[in-house]
Amino acid sequence: MSTDLASPAAQHAEPATDLAGRREVPFRGGGFRHRPMWYVGPVVFAGLLLLWELGSRSGVISPIALPAPSEALGALGDLVETGMLWRHLSASLSRLALGWSIGTCLGILVGLAIGLFAVARSALSPLVSAFFPIPKIALLPLFIIWFGIGEGSKVATLVFGTFFPTVIATYSGVDGVDRNLIRMGQSFGLKWRSIVTKIILPGALPAILSGARISASIAIILLIAAEMIGAEYGLGAYILMAGSLFALDQLIAGVAMLSIIGLIVAWLIGRAERKLLDWRL
Amino acid sequence: MELIVEAVSHQYGATEVMADISFTIGSGEIVTVIGPSGCGKSTLLRFLGGLERPTSGKVFIEGAAPDGSLNPLTYVFQDFALLPWRTVEGNVRLVLDDHRLSASHTDEIVDDVLARTKLSEFRSAWPRQLSGGMKQRVAIARALAVRPAVMLMDEPLSALDSQTRELLMDDLVELWGRERFSACYVTHNLAEAVRLGHRIVVLSRRPGRIREVVDIDVPLSERATRMAELEVTQRHLWQLMRDEAREADRELLHVD
Ligand SMILES: Nc1ncnc2c1ncn2[C@@H]1O[C@H](COP(=O)(O)OP(=O)(O)O)[C@@H](O)[C@H]1O
Ligand SMILES: [Mg+2]
Repeated sequence: MSTDLASPAAQHAEPATDLAGRREVPFRGGGFRHRPMWYVGPVVFAGLLLLWELGSRSGVISPIALPAPSEALGALGDLVETGMLWRHLSASLSRLALGWSIGTCLGILVGLAIGLFAVARSALSPLVSAFFPIPKIALLPLFIIWFGIGEGSKVATLVFGTFFPTVIATYSGVDGVDRNLIRMGQSFGLKWRSIVTKIILPGALPAILSGARISASIAIILLIAAEMIGAEYGLGAYILMAGSLFALDQLIAGVAMLSIIGLIVAWLIGRAERKLLDWRL
Repeated sequence: MELIVEAVSHQYGATEVMADISFTIGSGEIVTVIGPSGCGKSTLLRFLGGLERPTSGKVFIEGAAPDGSLNPLTYVFQDFALLPWRTVEGNVRLVLDDHRLSASHTDEIVDDVLARTKLSEFRSAWPRQLSGGMKQRVAIARALAVRPAVMLMDEPLSALDSQTRELLMDDLVELWGRERFSACYVTHNLAEAVRLGHRIVVLSRRPGRIREVVDIDVPLSERATRMAELEVTQRHLWQLMRDEAREADRELLHVD
């Protein structure tokens, strides 16, 4: 093999070729993989804000079209100083919490019923399919007549809006539970109740939680819409008022609050997932 | 307690799955059932444990279950059927929770079965952290916890690699030496059938009928060292099965 040394092929081979004419197998397995890079998101976000601020200061972005982030921050500061922030925020958050939790609890119950009982499935699943696609905000006038112009109609909109996606997530979660596990429960003589609470519910939990993620975003959208239609306090009312006065700095401040609420809700659900589904990895 | 299968036949719709199956599982006896895949072994086992009813024929229990038996007919499944959201210990506790035992009695049983299956140090592990062999040991621990009179084992070692299978067979033999449980052990693996069965029921391809019943006198504990004697039996069984397996294989191809 010593002749290899003299042969041009060996000398010009790309990867280092050793005396015996061996070279390492070229690596081809890179890419197509997600590595968590937590710092990239905030950096991009901060960069965009900075560009925006610079654009406003240099006059590239007209203040009539879009106020600078610093102005929006100023509007937010005013809101805090006058105490109105808390007023709007508490109105919105209490509606959100109440509507979302009632809708989710009812949704899980009905979803379980549909998942467990053939009668409930035949009776309710066509109804769910019929009601799910209706934009619930269209029913607000009806809810105002039924539950009054106050909190009732707004909460009812949220309850309705979160109920249907939760029902669907829950019963498809129940349908997805491994039949073999249920059969195992039966073969050990577990009570019906135990099979439901210890096998079916935990098995459906991942689906229920991803349903909760979706229904939470739906709830925020409906909340703002309902508050824009008729509310004295609340982020929706605040944004609407800012918009009609062309107080764009206030409008941006309000929208930023919404985005923060959305982020916090997503973070809370993420935490719940990590805590409740710790068995998954 | 004995389990008696009497003239069991079954159809799923138009498909005849098994015909006229009769045999008895005596107390403290391991009956292995072998047959090509699709011949109705799993279905038969579901009849034995009362998870499903045959179209005709019956399965009887004779004699009382031993004292303290919480679940006389207990399964060990091929796919383990462990709850992934419960730890090793939690999976064992699951089957005890509904029996209103005192907390200390429950703890005692859990400690005992985990020790017997050599799982004590893994009691708080999640199923996903365990190898296949360990998972099946957990399933066996869970089965032992309810003090079964008859264990119904559906290819319990088929999902495992061959070394793990050997180890678990040794474990089962040792366990049988101490507990003298009865079992119906379904498999398509001749070596398992010969190592673990006091009696071997050979089924034909679908519709499953009994081709032959072979008794083996060599004690379970001596089989590992006396394989040469068993070789003859194993070869005889293989001849029975080979034709069935070949035909069954071709049948599946026709169906596709
Ligand atoms: N629930 C069922 N419905 C219809 N056919 C079934 C059902 N379970 C099993 N079968 C059919 O019955 C036959 C026997 O199945 P099975 O008992 O699982 O065989 P084995 O365990 O011996 O491989 C197969 O052809 C299978 O397709
Ligand atoms: Mg099978």
